[in-house]
Amino acid sequence: MAILNNRLSQEQYAENFSDEKPAFENKTAAIVEANRCLFCYDAPCIKGCPTSIDIPKFIKQITTDNVKGSAHTILISNIFGAGCARVCPVEKLCEGNCVYNLLEEEPIQIARLQRYSSEMAIENNWQLFERKKSTGKKVAVVGAGPAGLSCAHVLSREGIDVTIFEKEEKGGGLMTYGIAAYKVSPEFCEDELAFITSLGGIDIQYKQELGKNLSLDELQKNFDAVYLAIGVGETSKINIPGEELNGVVDAIRFIHELRTQDFNKTAVGDSVAVIGMGMTAIDAATQSKRLGAKEVTMLYRRTEDEMPCTEYELSIAKQDGCSIIWLAAPKEIIGENGKVKSIICSKMKLGDPDASGRRSPVDTGEIFTLDVDMVIKATGQKPFEELLNSLNIKNVKGRISIDENCATNIKGIFAGGDAVNGGKEVVNAVQAGKDAASAIMKYVLSRIHE
Amino acid sequence: MANISSNFLGIKSPNPFWLASAPPTDKKYNVLRAFEAGWGGVVWKTLGSQVKNVSSRYSSVDYYGKKVMGFNNIELISDRPLDINLKEIKECVKLFPDRAMVVSLMADNNRKAWHELIKKVEDTGAHGFELNFGCPHGMTERGMGAAVGQDPEIACMVVEWVMEKATIPVITKLTPNVHSVVPTGRAVVKAGTNGLSLINTIQSVTGVDLDTYVPNPYVAGKSVFGGYCGPAVKPIALKMLTTIAQDELTSKVPISGIGGVSDWKDAVEFMLLGASNVQVCTAAMKFGFRIVEDMCEGLNNWMDEKGFKKLDDFIGKSVNKVTHWEDLDINYHHIARINQDKCIHCGLCHIACEDTSHQAIKLTPGNPYNTYTIIDDNCVGCNLCMLVCPVDHCITMEEHRVAPEPINWIEWQKRGLPLNDH
Repeated sequence: MAILNNRLSQEQYAENFSDEKPAFENKTAAIVEANRCLFCYDAPCIKGCPTSIDIPKFIKQITTDNVKGSAHTILISNIFGAGCARVCPVEKLCEGNCVYNLLEEEPIQIARLQRYSSEMAIENNWQLFERKKSTGKKVAVVGAGPAGLSCAHVLSREGIDVTIFEKEEKGGGLMTYGIAAYKVSPEFCEDELAFITSLGGIDIQYKQELGKNLSLDELQKNFDAVYLAIGVGETSKINIPGEELNGVVDAIRFIHELRTQDFNKTAVGDSVAVIGMGMTAIDAATQSKRLGAKEVTMLYRRTEDEMPCTEYELSIAKQDGCSIIWLAAPKEIIGENGKVKSIICSKMKLGDPDASGRRSPVDTGEIFTLDVDMVIKATGQKPFEELLNSLNIKNVKGRISIDENCATNIKGIFAGGDAVNGGKEVVNAVQAGKDAASAIMKYVLSRIHE
Repeated sequence: MANISSNFLGIKSPNPFWLASAPPTDKKYNVLRAFEAGWGGVVWKTLGSQVKNVSSRYSSVDYYGKKVMGFNNIELISDRPLDINLKEIKECVKLFPDRAMVVSLMADNNRKAWHELIKKVEDTGAHGFELNFGCPHGMTERGMGAAVGQDPEIACMVVEWVMEKATIPVITKLTPNVHSVVPTGRAVVKAGTNGLSLINTIQSVTGVDLDTYVPNPYVAGKSVFGGYCGPAVKPIALKMLTTIAQDELTSKVPISGIGGVSDWKDAVEFMLLGASNVQVCTAAMKFGFRIVEDMCEGLNNWMDEKGFKKLDDFIGKSVNKVTHWEDLDINYHHIARINQDKCIHCGLCHIACEDTSHQAIKLTPGNPYNTYTIIDDNCVGCNLCMLVCPVDHCITMEEHRVAPEPINWIEWQKRGLPLNDH
């Protein structure tokens, strides 16, 4: 047993990481599906979309050969429309609300249709938006993830010059660094980012990290407002013995590595345990398997009824051959020569509902041991609590506190996205960026007359 | 099993489904394939003057992903030598003696030409003629086709010429490119035609190419009005058929129904409105001859279900159900009902009523599903919601008579009852 890279041939890597939900092959295929849409009024699918994309409208526009209009309909509500079409858990959002579900029929493939129009816009670099006359105002955005870019795009359209400060080498945030490679490729992320910034008025400064080489005071001095879209950090500690062993890996770091280098460079164990059952846990488990791990076991302390990931995500894991052990809580990681050798888990049962409303796991006292050489922790990301405290930004356990205008406790500083909600979907961050943009617009324009 | 065999003016066929005079009946190869597939008969593509066709010849109208909802052609009558057509007709009659072989004719506009053509065709052993007074393109410029059918006097004259010579049944095919098909229908019945068929195609432009700006079908940068047919024209055909079936004079002769017949249900509708049989073209051109199988089986099953033993048991049954507006019962009223168990909350009924009708469907917001209910007092019973609802039998119309006794418009006026009171 060993943690090794380069387990597969280039062809196998390419196959394993090919597009999970490929786009429609051609126009006819897209139109056949688009024509299934009933064009509901006050459509339930729209209510399922955190960015409220006018879904029936964009689908109808595909059927009328107005793909440019369709792309505009999508992107005006969600500038990450193309990316969201690949990464959104649509069965619990738009597609989950599709009225066809009530007929026990397959819902409209909204995500694939959305991909069809929005990717065509990116491929052809359709300039669908124009900037309004300059307001002469400048806004700084910290973090070039979905929240930051979404906010920047709206502000730029409204005639504000935006500078985004990003700590990584590339923009896109979690989209670029934190999501399974079979959903979004680095090329796609780059193209999407280039498309978003092609509007103009958005300057991204890379390798700029708040609290390190970037000072909030300076930003406040040089800009009319600041938007903090700094996301969340690495996986929280699980606080069990053996966590420091060689072979215990943070899922976020594991995926980051996999997304920033060739697949054959990312090492994976022979037998991997993944702790958690959220989307990141699934991405870590499936990609371990696709990198060539022989055994991947997902451990979750509750049951399928309480899992945070969607049924569809779970099905990907199952199809990839990952084993799942429900009601299993890691108790201790056992090492040998400083390396992971096995993991001991407590068998749980479900007790009374906890604060989240889900039934809480209770230790039965029984244990079992799994022989593994790698443990991937995917139990939720840790917010930047210390950083925020050092900047005197009010927060609750690292989640920035904002008011109904997306404003923090410091005048002129706004915040949103994962940094506020603790880590939700890309689409939630996009909406947060839009909300902040309108609040920031009001704020900076009101200051014209001050 | 019901008996679906048909006898049209003594022309017998195992079922009432004939292929209309059109490209599918242009030659022996196609006709034999049609007979093998089970078609009851064919009307051989029009014989007559020598012509030359162009390319392209067809265009169509698609509707939200459904191809060929309406079909348009600019093809002329048969462009094959008459001798070959006659030889092949004879061979087909011999090979399939139980099928109807009717030959469509359109001779030059003189008595001699018609007489010669009739003689030649009768020699093939064909069972009947259909006079093409309807072709709306190409032939009209030469005083033929619709040019004949649009003028009752000319139509009458030509039919008289034909009846002088013909010894087999003569069906006259009417053009719909007129205000009413009845005047020509009457004229040709007076002139002695044995039967009528309708409708021929409707003059049309199916669309314009948004890149070349040339309407379709495209012929070297130009287009021309074509003849429209297919499912889109069925309602117009049914209306025209009804007027012929209701007219005192034209209803005396058997009618062959044509115009967008695509399946057995369409055929039954034509027959209920007075057609003794039907002719099909577009549906076969879209899907091939195999569609006749379901047409026969569907018709048979429906007749069994309704207890009809033979076609005559139901032909014309709906003719007198179409009345004049002033005869309708004003006291009849019905109100839409939404079955909440079936409703999928698409909101289509609401927005249709709200934007374009009577604001009779209330939206109660829900997340994600709104609830839609009928406001009885606002509902005029127009059916719009039921028509747009995508779920079978989710919206139904419930009878709520205004008063038990029927009253029509004439009586209403006579009694001075209130108007404009909704």
